[in-house]
Amino acid sequence: MILRTLLANPRFANWLYGFTPPERGVVILRHRRVYIVPTRQGWLYGATLVVLLIGSINYALSLGFALTFLLAGLGLAGMVHTARNLARTAVSAGRSEPVYAGESAQFHLFLDGRVPFERPSILVRHVASGAQLVIDVPAQALAEVVLAVPAARRGWLPLGRVMLETRFPLGLFRAWSYVEPDARCLIYPRPERTALPPASADARAGSARAQVAGSDDFSALRGYQRSDSPRHVAWKAVARTEKMLTKQFSGDSAGELWLDWRLLPDGLDLEQRLSCLAGWVLAAQESGVLYGLRLPGIDIAPAHGDAQRAACLKALALFKKT
Amino acid sequence: MSALAHPLAPEVRVLSGRDLAALIVSLLLVVAPHAQRAPWWLSVLVLFLYAWRAYLGFVRAPLPSRWLLLTLTAAGIAGIWAHYHTVFGRTPGIIVLCFFSGLKLLEMRNHRDASVVAFLCFFLIITNFFYTQSIPTALMMCVALTAITTTLVGFAAPQRSSRANLRTAGLLLAHAAPAALVLFLLFPRVQGPLWGVPEDAYAGITGLSDTMSPGNLAHLALSDAVAFRVEFKGEPPPASQRYWRGPVLWDFDGRNWRMGPTIFAKFKPPIGGKQTYRYSVVLEPHDHHWMYALETAASLPPRSRYTADGQILSRRPVRQRIRYDLESVIDPTPDPEADPVALQRALRLPAGFDLRAVALAHQWRDASHSETETVNRALDFLRRGHYVYTLDPPRLGIDTVDEFLFETKAGFCEHFASAFVFLMRAAGIPARVVTGYQGGDINPVDHIVTVRQWDAHAWAEVYLRGRGWTRVDPTAAAIPGRIASGAERTVPEGGLLPLLMRPQLQWLRSLRYRWEALTYKWNTWVLGYDPQRQRELMSLVGVRDADWRQLTATLFTVLGVLTALLLTWSLRRLARPDPVQKAWRAFCRKLRAQGVERSPYEGPRDYSERAARDLPQARGTIRRIGELYVALRYGPVAPPAGIDELRRLVRDLRLT
Repeated sequence: MILRTLLANPRFANWLYGFTPPERGVVILRHRRVYIVPTRQGWLYGATLVVLLIGSINYALSLGFALTFLLAGLGLAGMVHTARNLARTAVSAGRSEPVYAGESAQFHLFLDGRVPFERPSILVRHVASGAQLVIDVPAQALAEVVLAVPAARRGWLPLGRVMLETRFPLGLFRAWSYVEPDARCLIYPRPERTALPPASADARAGSARAQVAGSDDFSALRGYQRSDSPRHVAWKAVARTEKMLTKQFSGDSAGELWLDWRLLPDGLDLEQRLSCLAGWVLAAQESGVLYGLRLPGIDIAPAHGDAQRAACLKALALFKKT
Repeated sequence: MSALAHPLAPEVRVLSGRDLAALIVSLLLVVAPHAQRAPWWLSVLVLFLYAWRAYLGFVRAPLPSRWLLLTLTAAGIAGIWAHYHTVFGRTPGIIVLCFFSGLKLLEMRNHRDASVVAFLCFFLIITNFFYTQSIPTALMMCVALTAITTTLVGFAAPQRSSRANLRTAGLLLAHAAPAALVLFLLFPRVQGPLWGVPEDAYAGITGLSDTMSPGNLAHLALSDAVAFRVEFKGEPPPASQRYWRGPVLWDFDGRNWRMGPTIFAKFKPPIGGKQTYRYSVVLEPHDHHWMYALETAASLPPRSRYTADGQILSRRPVRQRIRYDLESVIDPTPDPEADPVALQRALRLPAGFDLRAVALAHQWRDASHSETETVNRALDFLRRGHYVYTLDPPRLGIDTVDEFLFETKAGFCEHFASAFVFLMRAAGIPARVVTGYQGGDINPVDHIVTVRQWDAHAWAEVYLRGRGWTRVDPTAAAIPGRIASGAERTVPEGGLLPLLMRPQLQWLRSLRYRWEALTYKWNTWVLGYDPQRQRELMSLVGVRDADWRQLTATLFTVLGVLTALLLTWSLRRLARPDPVQKAWRAFCRKLRAQGVERSPYEGPRDYSERAARDLPQARGTIRRIGELYVALRYGPVAPPAGIDELRRLVRDLRLT
């Protein structure tokens, strides 16, 4: 009862299990953070040893003592090795690409053995979702784990607590540790595919303000992307700067579009609105028009491209109604 | 959380083909020694069960149904019952365990079951120690333990190569050894047994018994089993003086000699004597009370009693190897005192047997002037009778003494001793049969005298007025070579002698002597390690009369230190930072002190470039450090000179 109360106390649990607030950078599992208890197999092994010991005493078997004590030593060595398999592993989190709500965020974790021996059979488990994977960390090298954490809601999804566990080498002990790297993944709203809004007067007015020249007019140079057509590469500029640049043309597609919060029907709630807007952003990006996003308090100027799409979706993901 | 399948939990980990193979190899290693005791059909059955499981694993077929297994179990148990008439004795119990190992294999699906089988192997190893604890057995144990450990490591790391797992197992066992040694030396030993042991626990131990009938010593002489080993302080006595006294037999029924009632007496050390010998005996278990001593014992070993007829008896049957120190004198001054009741007993003869021998004895008595003369006449009779000494004596009918003396004229020492004592009693001289061992082999390597069952001997003691009980060896009289050179030189070649007893295999004997010397050390220091030796060891480190509390305290201290050492070892390798990394961190700290902090995303090249821009006074050094670090950390090989330069540069970097 007392134990339960104590365990229910988050501060106590944090202290006991070594839970920490999210940590930046590389987290090293110091010994203080590695916990170790016998597994069920370990208890059975212990019971076996007791029986062997009693038998050795009763029948005065000297070699029986030798066997029992060798096995006891083996259990001890197994314990140290199990703890060692985890101790001082360095855990760091990589970048994770944004995903849409309803999909799985792919968190990249890097386990650095930092030692001249390998660390086999380490279970990496995302505590909240149960996403898990068993990996081997090679000697003096890095192992990458991708944890697929279901993303239910838009916004920032923190990685949360991750448990590392191992039972190597004998399976008699279970060593584990919790880490919470400061990693997060941007979750876009779940896009809802609806027809694009008509280009309203207001939208056109906006586009008129943003674009001076007509279609197929050169507007700017930007960094080369592999998907760019060679026809659009600014070869003169390339010769001058030795950098691949692409000519950007404004109005090289159908028109411009303002994806406006106010264009949505009134009956929708906040999340539905954001979903609709996300759907529009994707549709607009596909159709190749210049598009801008207008939310209460936020204005994103019309543009086109992956950066524009990302900017719009990020604004939608993080939008908070004041 | 617990509802989720845990990928490391043994219940959900399915056994791979490699796991199965490793487990079966381990099982074969631990079951093999039991095969020599199991009925042949059971060995075949167990092998068949293993092979069946291996086949099922190989073709990935489902395991047999529970009903089939139950039927098999019942059939196997019934077979074992039919063979032993019980399943609870020691040997049948072990056989059942072997049988179950095969059955368990057939219902083994996951790693949890497999671990149970692996732990079962430990029991199969220890049960073999009931029968033998020799050096080869110990080596075999190490091989089996390595196999089992590799199997367990294989369970924990299924994706690793077997070679790597074997290496891990070796490392684990190497780390286990010091702890095992400390436990072996310091764990408080309790003198067992804690409870009754099965009745058949000591069956099959060879040795002298409390009865003697024609042929049973000859049978014993076919065994090369060690009876005891003796370490003399100084020169051992010559072979002809090495009479190891054992059971004394008083009562004769015409065929068998028996001990009769045991009468305890106060030990009275003999007076005088030619020479005193100090020695210690390591006695093999023989399930009786006798503690063999060189004739005549001048001291008593601890926890022993003395009988009126000069036997030394332990308080409990000797069921494990024991060691005791003794002192003996050769040819002490005779003690003429004797109990009249005992003398009456030493004259008793079964009525109506061996009438020719009785008549002959009467004839000698009437013709002699003294008891000594009668004894000499009898010895003379045996000497001139052309008796043959053989390990394969002819069977004797009802009048055993008559038939031996006058018809077959061939026998082993018990025939001579029995006939002589019979003749003496018939002639009115109190006499008794003494059994024990005579001679023993001196190992030229370590000068240990090894006495084997083939050294078993029987001789006589007669009571002469004024002199007391006197040893007479009728075999020595009839076959003079027996005592001088032992049984193996006396028995004609090519007979029943065990191979190693044959004199022509000299090189084999010398090899055997070395092995014997090693075995002696093994027996005294490993197998004979007992509370006594433990106390001796503790007094070496300065703790006198250590009790279990002191032992436990010492044990835990040493174990704690060992574990700490092991932990330090493992963590030292972990904590030892890479010198390149260490220098780089020092460099980062120095720059941070100047307000140029590295951002987490910033690579070493960008960072050093930025720092060189921000701190122009040390631009060159900072750039060089950056280059070196990148080359050392990410380059193909790290030259030691580069590491030294990096460390020096970082150390000497002055930014203010």
